[in-house]
Amino acid sequence: MVASRAIGSLSRATASRMLRCPGYICHNFSGSSALQTRTHINYGVNGDVAVVRINSPNSKVNTLNKELQSEFVEVMNEIWTSDQIRSAVLISSKPGCFIAGADIGMLASCKTPEEATQVSQEGQRMFEKLEKSTKPIVAAISGTCLGGGLELAISCQYRIATKDRKTVLGTPEVLLGILPGAGGTQRLPKMVGVPAAFDMMLTGRNIRADRAKKMGLVDQLVEPLGPGLKPPEERTIEYLEEVAVTFAKGLSDKKISIKRDKGLVEKLMSYAMSIPFVRQQIYKKVEEKVRKQTKGLYPAPLKIIDVVKTGIEQGNDAGYLSESKKFGELAMTKESKALMGLYHGQVLCKKNKFGAPQKEVKHLAILGAGLMGAGIAQVSVDKGLKTILKDATLAGLGRGQQQVFKGLNDKVKKKALTSFERDSIFSNLTGQLDYQGFEKADMVIEAVFEDLSLKHRVLKEVEALIPDHCVFASNTSALPIREIAAVSKRPEKVIGMHYFSPVDKMQLLEIITTEKTSKDTTASAVAVGLKQGKVIIVVKDGPGFYTTRCLAPMMSEVLRILQEGVEPKKLDSLTTNFGFPVGAATLVDEVGVDVAKHVAEDLGKAFGERFGGGSLELLKQMVSRGFLGRKSGKGFYIYQEGVKNKNVNSDMDSILASLKVPPKSDVSSDEDIQYRLLTRFVNEAVLCLQEGILATPAEGDIGAVFGLGFPPCLGGPFRFVDLHGAQKIVDRLRKYEAAYGKQFTPCQLLIDHANSPDRKFCQ
Amino acid sequence: MTSILTYTFKNLPNTSKWALRFSVRPLSCSSQLRAAPAAQTKSKKTLAKPNIRNIVVVDGVRIPFLQSGTSYKDLMPHDLARAALSGLLHRTSVPKDVVDYIIFGTVIQEVKTSNVAREAALGAGFSDRTPAHTVTMACISANQAMTTGIGLIASGQCDVVVAGGVELMSDVPIRHSRKMRKMMLELNKAKTLGQRLSLISKFRLNFLSPELPAVAEFSTSETMGHSADRLAAAFAVSRLDQDEYALRSHSLAKKAQDEGLLSDVVPFKVPGKDTVTKDNGIRPSSLEQMAKLRPAFIKPYGTVTAANSSFLVTTDGASAMLIMAEEKALAMGYKPKAYLRDFVYVSQDPKDQLLLGPTYATPKVLEKAGLTMSDIDAFEFHEAFSGQILANFKAMDSDWFAQNYMGRKTKVGSPPLEKFNNWGGSLSLGHPFGATGCRLVMAAANRLRKEGGQYGLVAACAAGGQGHAMIVEAYPK
Repeated sequence: MVASRAIGSLSRATASRMLRCPGYICHNFSGSSALQTRTHINYGVNGDVAVVRINSPNSKVNTLNKELQSEFVEVMNEIWTSDQIRSAVLISSKPGCFIAGADIGMLASCKTPEEATQVSQEGQRMFEKLEKSTKPIVAAISGTCLGGGLELAISCQYRIATKDRKTVLGTPEVLLGILPGAGGTQRLPKMVGVPAAFDMMLTGRNIRADRAKKMGLVDQLVEPLGPGLKPPEERTIEYLEEVAVTFAKGLSDKKISIKRDKGLVEKLMSYAMSIPFVRQQIYKKVEEKVRKQTKGLYPAPLKIIDVVKTGIEQGNDAGYLSESKKFGELAMTKESKALMGLYHGQVLCKKNKFGAPQKEVKHLAILGAGLMGAGIAQVSVDKGLKTILKDATLAGLGRGQQQVFKGLNDKVKKKALTSFERDSIFSNLTGQLDYQGFEKADMVIEAVFEDLSLKHRVLKEVEALIPDHCVFASNTSALPIREIAAVSKRPEKVIGMHYFSPVDKMQLLEIITTEKTSKDTTASAVAVGLKQGKVIIVVKDGPGFYTTRCLAPMMSEVLRILQEGVEPKKLDSLTTNFGFPVGAATLVDEVGVDVAKHVAEDLGKAFGERFGGGSLELLKQMVSRGFLGRKSGKGFYIYQEGVKNKNVNSDMDSILASLKVPPKSDVSSDEDIQYRLLTRFVNEAVLCLQEGILATPAEGDIGAVFGLGFPPCLGGPFRFVDLHGAQKIVDRLRKYEAAYGKQFTPCQLLIDHANSPDRKFCQ
Repeated sequence: MTSILTYTFKNLPNTSKWALRFSVRPLSCSSQLRAAPAAQTKSKKTLAKPNIRNIVVVDGVRIPFLQSGTSYKDLMPHDLARAALSGLLHRTSVPKDVVDYIIFGTVIQEVKTSNVAREAALGAGFSDRTPAHTVTMACISANQAMTTGIGLIASGQCDVVVAGGVELMSDVPIRHSRKMRKMMLELNKAKTLGQRLSLISKFRLNFLSPELPAVAEFSTSETMGHSADRLAAAFAVSRLDQDEYALRSHSLAKKAQDEGLLSDVVPFKVPGKDTVTKDNGIRPSSLEQMAKLRPAFIKPYGTVTAANSSFLVTTDGASAMLIMAEEKALAMGYKPKAYLRDFVYVSQDPKDQLLLGPTYATPKVLEKAGLTMSDIDAFEFHEAFSGQILANFKAMDSDWFAQNYMGRKTKVGSPPLEKFNNWGGSLSLGHPFGATGCRLVMAAANRLRKEGGQYGLVAACAAGGQGHAMIVEAYPK
C-alpha cells in the first residue's frame, strides 16, 4: 500500500493534468449522411429571431462533425437570406453540453498534413462568415463548450452562458497535441487579451462560466433554475433561450451594444499590449516557460505561441494561414497521435464494461485511516457515499479525519466548494474505532499496512460482521489478492482495488480480480471507482499486478545505473527529459526506500532473474542507515521543510562507492540509459499483455501513464511500440541483453510484433 | 380591591382547569363535553379535537409598520415590542399577572436585548414573575412564537400566553471584523504593557472593515431576492404579472386602510415624535411607473424589482396577541376572535425551493384538519415577493410539481384570488421579519369576522427553505 502512495505521486505533475478534459469527442456516424433531412440542427423563428437548436442524434454530446457542419452552414444561409429574420440564437437542446468539440475522427482520417490543413480551413471559413454576419448571432451556452465549440461561440456576436458547474469553456486542443484550428488562436487573444488567451490555449484548462464572464469570454450569465413546472434542466435551457432571444432582439434593435465595458486593469493591459516591446517580452517569457515545462517533448504549445504571434504581428490573413498550416503539421505528429490515443483510452476506462452491479454501493466502510484510507474516504464522501472510516487508534483516526477535512477545505479555499457544502459532505464521514455499522456496509475497502497476516486478520474480523452481499476490497500495491482471499469464506466477494497516492489527485484505479472473483463483485468495484471519479483498468491477479510489476524492473535498472556511477541528479534530468514527470532517483525517495526494497524483494522472488539488475544491497544499506526517502528527510536527496532546492545526500557517496560496478561503455550513453529504463518497462508491460494480466493494450497505456507517469507524449508503452516500431525496440533490447543478459530478453509478443510490422497494439 | 380581584381571577381558572382535567379524563365522552362551547351555528363541522384543549385568540394588535429609517429609527427593538404589548393590554384589558408566559419572535437580534421578549415585558409593566423567551425562525418567527404558546396551553402548562414579534431594521448590529474582535479579546487578557504593545503592533487597517448582518442564505450564500428571481423564472412568472400583483396588494391595502379595516393597528406615541397611527409603506403606483424600475438582483434581465418585493424597503414593527385556553377566556368573560387550529411546519431545499414553503405547507395542514381548499374563506399568505406568491400559486396548481417534488398524487389547487390577502399583504403593509406572523393571523381572524367565513388559512415561507401554515377558525358570534 505504501508503495502505491508514492508511486502515485509520480504522475501527479503532468500526466493526470494533461488529459482531464475531453475537448474533442470522437464520433463516427455511419452512412446516415445520405438522408436529406436535418438530423443535427433545426431552427424555429420567434418573432424576428431565429432559434437554431443543435441536437446530434443518439449521443449525449454535440460534436462538430462533417454532417453537423454542413447542416449548420445550410441553416445559417437560410437565416441570412431570410427577410423576416433579423437575428439568431444558437443553442443546444442537450442539457450539459453546448458543443463538446470537433470530431477527432475527421483528423484520424487525414493522411497528410495538407488534408488536416484543409479541415482547419473549412472551419475557419465557416466561422469567418459567422463573425462577419450583419444579423447578430447570440450563442446561448449551457454545458460544455470546448474546442471547436468554443471557437464557434467566440465567432458569434454575443455569448450568454448558464452559470452552473457543468458549463465550462476551454480550448483543450493542446492536450491532444494540436491547436485550436478554426480561428481560435486569432480570435481568443483579441477577446480576452494575449496573456489570458495563452493561458487558456497552453494549459487547455476548463473555465467556469462566472470566470469566463470576468474574463470577457462571455457577455451575460444566466442562473440555473430549480424545479418549476418542468424538470430543472429542461426549464433552465428554456430560460436561457428566452433570455438569449431578448438579447438577440436588443442587439438587432441596437438597444444593446456588443462592446463590453472594460475595467481599469483591462484597459491598462490592452494599452501595454499595444507596445511592440511589451509584446515581444511576453512572447519570450511564455516561450521560455513552455520550453522549460515541456522540455521540447511537446510541439503543440510552441506552435500555438508562434501562430498567435503571427496573427498579432502580421495581421489576420497571415494568422489564419499560419494557424491552418501548423494545425495540419501538428495533426500528423506522433505526439498528437499518442495523446489522442490516451484520450480514447481514458474514455474507454471511464465505462463499466461489467454492467451494473446487482446492488448499488451506498454504504462504504474503509479500514485504516492512513494516507490511502483517508484519501479513499475523501473521494467517496464528496460523491455522496456514506462512509465509515475505521482505524485502530484515536490518533491515527484523527489524522485521517483531518486529511479528509483538509482536502475538502482546500477546495473551499479555491472556491470549488462553499463552506456549507464542505460541512454537509463531511457529514457523510463517520470516524470510529470499532466495527459499528459494518452490518450495513455494501463494500469494505481495507487500507491497512501491507502485511499479509494483518490483512488476513481484518478480513476474518470483517467477514464475521458484514452482510452477504458486501464486497471486500483490498487496497494493496503488491500482495497477491488470491493470497489475501485464501482465508475468506467467500472468495468470490474479494477483489483488489489499488489506488494511487495522493488518492484525490491521481486518477487511476487498478482493479485486480482473481479467478474466483465474481463478475458482479467486479462490476460493483468498477461502479464505486467510477463514482469516485477514477479512470479504471481491470487486471488479473499476479505478483505486482500490472502497474507495480512494470515499475519494478525499471527501478532495478535505476539502481544499476546509480551503481554504475551516474549521479542521482544526472539520472533525474535524463528521465525527466525523456518525459517522465518525476526523476528516477527522486521517485525512489518518494516511494520510500523501505517500500521499494520490500517490493523488489517480493517481486524478485516471484520473477527471478528478469527482475534483477541493480543490487538490492543498495536499498538494504540505505534502510539500515535510515535513508528512507522523503518521509525520513533523507534518501538520495536531503529533504528539509521550507527548502526548495533539494541537495544530494552526500552520505550516499560511501554507500554507492562500496557497491560500484564498472559501467559498460557501449550501453552507457545518455540515450542508452534512457532506453534501458524505458525498454525494461515496455517489455514487462507487453509481457503482462502476453500473460493475460492485462485484458487490452489500451488499459496498459492508461495504467502506465495515469498511474506511473509514463511519458504521456509517448502515449503509453503499447502506443509507444506502435509509433516507434517494435523492431527498433527489440533491437535495443537485444543490444542491452548482450551486455546484461536475461533482464533485457524481449518477450515473445514483442518479437511477434517486430516480425510482422503491420501488427499494431492500438487500432 | 383590585388585587383581590386579580387574585381570584388567577386562582379560579387554575382550580377549574384541574377540576376539568380530573373530571374529564376518565370520561370517554369528554370530547363532546369539551367541544360543547364551540358548537357552531353553521352546518360546517368544527375542528375541535378530542382530548385537546381549544385554543383561542382573544385579540391581537400591532403598532403601525413603518419603513426603516422613519419614525422608529431612534428606538430599540424592545421599545417597539413594549408598545405592542401596551397596546395589547389596552385593547384586551387583560390583567398583567394573569399572563403565564410571553413569547416573542425576532430575526435580527439586537445583541443587548437578545431575549427581547423579557426586556419588553419588564418594560411594559408585566409582572417580573412572568417568564418570557424569544424565538427565531426567520420570517415565521412570530408564527413560531404563537405555536410555541399553543403548545404550552395544549399541554396544560399554561392558560394564558402572549405571543408576538418584533423587528427593527432601522438599526442592525454591525460588528467589528473577526480579526479585530479577536485582537480586542486578547487585549483584554493581556497583562503587561509589553503584551499589549505586541498585540497592538499586529493591528492592520483592514481589521476595521465592519461585518454586516448577512442578507444571504447562510447555506447557499444566495440572497433571497436572487432566489426569488430564479423561482419566478423557474415557474415562468412574467415581470408584468409580478408588477400587477404588487399593484393589487398596494391597492387593496390602501382600500383597507381607508375603510378602517386594519383594526389590529394600535397608535404608538413615539417619544419625541408624533403619534404614529398608520402603516406608511402603502403606495399604490401605476404599472407604467413600476415597469421603469430596473431589476434589483439578476441584472440586467431579471424580473424582481424594488416594487414587487417586500425585502428591499425594510420595515420596523411589532405585534402581539393574547392567546388563551378557551375555557379560561370564557371564564374571564372574553369573547374570543378565533380558534387557532392545526398548524404545520415544513422545510425543503434552501437553494431552489427557498420560498415554496406555502406550497408544501398548505396541503399538509388542510389534510391534517380534514379540510379542502374550498372550505377556506380567507387566505392570508405572507407576500415575500410578487414572484414568490405567483410561483407558489403555479406550484400549488401543478400536478407535475405535486407528483415529482411533494410526493402527492394530485395538486392541491391554487387559492382563489378573491379570497386572497384581501386587505393587502407584506408587499404593501410592510414586513418586519419577526412580527409578520401575528399580523397574518389577526388579518385572517378579522377578515373572517368581517366577511363572515369560518376558516382562514395562514401560510408563509421563511429563510432556510422553511414554511408554515395554520388554520384559523372563526369564533362563533
